[in-house]
Amino acid sequence: MHTKTINNNIGISAENGIVYPSKIMLDLVDLKKVYPTPKGDYVVLKDLNLQVMKGEFVTIIGHSGCGKTTMLSMIAGLNAISGGNISVLGKQIKGPGPDRGVIFQSPSLMPWMTSLQNVLLGVNQVFPHATKTQRTDIAKYYLQKVGLESAFHKKASELSQGMQQRVGIARAFAIKPKVLLLDEPFGMLDSLTRGELQDILIEIWNKEKITAVMITHDVDEAIFLADRVVMMTSGPEAKIGDTLNIDFERPRTRKAILEHDNYYKYRKHLIDFLEH
Amino acid sequence: MKQSIALGKLTKFMGSGFLGTLKSIFTGKIEKEDFKNFLRKVMVPIASILIFIGLWHMGAKSLYTIEANYKIEKALSEQGQQAADAMKACIASGDVSCQPNTLPSPAQVWASYKTLLQDHYAIRANKKAFKEKTATINAERLAEGKNPITYTGRPSFVDQILTSLKTVFAGFLLAFIIAVPIGIVIGLSKTLRSSANWLIQIFKPVSPVVWLLLVFMIVKTLTKDSQSDSAFIISFISVGLCAMWPTLVNTAMGVASVDKDYINVAKVLKLGTFKKVYQVILPSSLPLIFTGLRITLSVSWMVLIAIELLAQSPGLGSFVWEEFQNGAIDSNSKIIVAMFVIGGIGFLLDRMMLTIQNMVSFNKNDGV
Repeated sequence: MHTKTINNNIGISAENGIVYPSKIMLDLVDLKKVYPTPKGDYVVLKDLNLQVMKGEFVTIIGHSGCGKTTMLSMIAGLNAISGGNISVLGKQIKGPGPDRGVIFQSPSLMPWMTSLQNVLLGVNQVFPHATKTQRTDIAKYYLQKVGLESAFHKKASELSQGMQQRVGIARAFAIKPKVLLLDEPFGMLDSLTRGELQDILIEIWNKEKITAVMITHDVDEAIFLADRVVMMTSGPEAKIGDTLNIDFERPRTRKAILEHDNYYKYRKHLIDFLEH
Repeated sequence: MKQSIALGKLTKFMGSGFLGTLKSIFTGKIEKEDFKNFLRKVMVPIASILIFIGLWHMGAKSLYTIEANYKIEKALSEQGQQAADAMKACIASGDVSCQPNTLPSPAQVWASYKTLLQDHYAIRANKKAFKEKTATINAERLAEGKNPITYTGRPSFVDQILTSLKTVFAGFLLAFIIAVPIGIVIGLSKTLRSSANWLIQIFKPVSPVVWLLLVFMIVKTLTKDSQSDSAFIISFISVGLCAMWPTLVNTAMGVASVDKDYINVAKVLKLGTFKKVYQVILPSSLPLIFTGLRITLSVSWMVLIAIELLAQSPGLGSFVWEEFQNGAIDSNSKIIVAMFVIGGIGFLLDRMMLTIQNMVSFNKNDGV
């Protein structure tokens, strides 16, 4: 098993008296999610174990309704855990917090704020001791990174869906989270815009190397972005079915990956999994 | 050019886009589409107003005839043919003593409107003269530490309107101050919402008259030894209490139904309660709050007349009541003038709220 080899990849650190391999950023242990229904409990996730290393980009792929989003919102702390536990750097999570930044499926910007104000909303919260200029600089830096230098003062409601999601990316990176959670962030975009945003995302990520967990439906997206693709079995009682290491070098370009011999091997592996 | 665009935007903003069409007619750039718009937005409303006035005129005329015939027949049956002829002649001559008392015609209402305006100018001149006359005396009285002599004459129609507006705004402000904070608190907590629900459901449909009596009971005791104008206090508090419910319900609903995505963002960023309310919840519920405030303002204007009438507080309500009691020949048409003024002001108030709503809300909606 793949997870075994990771467990052996050790650098030990003691935190709260518990011994943890220091390279593990995010640890899901025997995670369980149960929704009570009138006909009895509905078990969405059961015995789900996943470890994500520091600086690793993991994409999660699986059929619709298998519980991917449930898992991600549990990591974000927005959804209660029914069993097992989730820890970040060895510390069990308690509710949501800015150490786990989220890029939602819909951009979820406050439409009455400008793009700058939207990013500042998070920055002000995370860096309360910085001066106003410093915080504005941070927000502007990330907005520039996503190509919105000309739209600082535009209301979010005036931006296109793609532009809004760019602000969403800037907002998530600007709070410098330990873990970045992406819930199908490009699912609502047309394929051209999606490609653009994937490039932007990976460009920022290459600089920041923030541990990232991303849900996607798109096999190509999963391969292009990830160090490791995690495949989830179909629900109920979904768990990790298989994992696949993507050994392309970074920084990657779309063209180089499409021409790589392993690309179709990876692709076949994923599609075979999804079709069974 | 830029100016005209701004004007177009402004008029559209205030929900009166037809002014733009009217302007393009006068500036002479008529295209087929413009002409159609002109027909629909200007000619059709004008035509419907004309039809309304026509129907009103005919209705008033037939009511007049019924009333006149009744009078003549009554004279005939009680006093004989001679009295009936006299009555007929009297009605035809337009003598004040025997005019049938019924729905006035548009022309009569228009005449009363002019009378009321003249009356207002006369009273204003009167007031001015009084002020000039008493200026020196008042200065002396003030120097001696006595109260100045004030004008105590009859208020004009326009004075009544201003008094009514003052009452409505005081009532509206009261409703705003009470309903919005309570609505926010109720909206934030499910427990409070269900505990307040029965209270709201019970008090919401209570009639203005009952509110007035309730407020009267309380204010009467509280202002026992103060010199303040208790009729005004009673009427504006009753207006506020009657009209605050739509704002309360809408605010609670707006706050409770904030988009879950926004709440999630606030949770992930760990915004404090204060920040969450001011930066996320309030802005996103503003459209609903303003819809509530708009209803509140129109309800306050609507119940005001009834409340003024009962509270003996000066204003349009008491104007209407006094005219009704008066029974003079033009009383009925004065009442109808008041009706149109009330309607017109209500409409303007609503437009005003809509304009403010469009200014502060993030999703612009055209006037409904």
